Amino acid sequence: MSANPWVRPYVLTGGRTRGRRHLLVHTLVSGGGYDAAFAERLLPEARALYERVHAVAESVAELSAHCGVPLGVTRVLLADLAAGDRIEILAEGASPYDPHVLGRVIDGLRELA
Amino acid sequence: MVYASSPDPSGPRPSPGIAPRRGMTSVKLVVAGGFGVGKTTLVEAISEIPPVNTEAWMTQAAKTVDALDDGARGGGGAGKTTTTVAMDFGRVTLASDLVLYLFGTPGQPRFWPMWDDLCRGASGAVVLVDTRRLDVSFAAVNYFENDSDVPFIVAANLFDGRQTHPLGQVREALRLDADVPLVSCDARDRASAVDVLTRTLGHTLDRTTGRTTGREPAAR
Repeated sequence: MSANPWVRPYVLTGGRTRGRRHLLVHTLVSGGGYDAAFAERLLPEARALYERVHAVAESVAELSAHCGVPLGVTRVLLADLAAGDRIEILAEGASPYDPHVLGRVIDGLRELA
Repeated sequence: MVYASSPDPSGPRPSPGIAPRRGMTSVKLVVAGGFGVGKTTLVEAISEIPPVNTEAWMTQAAKTVDALDDGARGGGGAGKTTTTVAMDFGRVTLASDLVLYLFGTPGQPRFWPMWDDLCRGASGAVVLVDTRRLDVSFAAVNYFENDSDVPFIVAANLFDGRQTHPLGQVREALRLDADVPLVSCDARDRASAVDVLTRTLGHTLDRTTGRTTGREPAAR
């Protein structure tokens, strides 16, 4: 799937380049209960994101890449869906320096080596 | 394909057994450095998905400039046949509730606003250097020394497994601060990639928790 290259990307967002919140590229997004009737009313790009979010646990960047929706547009569309309680933004605002989390990452990586 | 490409057009490749759920946490590390220093290779060595190259921020014009720059190098030196156009990233699922993302930076100064964006919320960064072409990574070292609060280390990627320059010389040539760790690695090797990433995270812990003698993160 790929966004229509002939449509300027931000037409899809009503010209907005910033969402209600600024999602980071690695922010995880989760489904909030799939609603088929709601999905049918969405534009194709928002619908692709909405459906993907309900299928897998992925980051904003993964959703953008998989759905072929530019990152900036993806951020705005996901923020809209979250504002309508259609999806959930996970662990937003968590500290990147949380020693407990970093310790778990180090342990997990060492198991991979 | 204008905006982005997925390495697997056949469909989703969710991690086995992982369903969207609350309580999941993601951690991001940034892999920086100039063109052809092995950023994608490092990501590839450890990612459970093929590195996703996304042209998320790209314009067609910038893409053309990249192609020209590559051509201008005449393919000499690195023997690099593909170019990271914008950013690429990989993913490592470490536990059912914990995912590590590795984001490679776009290689050129023109993309610095994107570096700021990528580095926001990052837990650490690795600047990869090729000891035969240190100059291509100068800009990345400068960025993390001067323009970012993200704790970083420098890793000399040993192409062909040979250490062409002693690390002391590399440190001197890069004018690295004494408190920036400098390690060597083989970006193709999984264990070596793991070592680089755990050292990066260890350095972040040192800097941010005062676990050892590391200095406090610079207040900017």
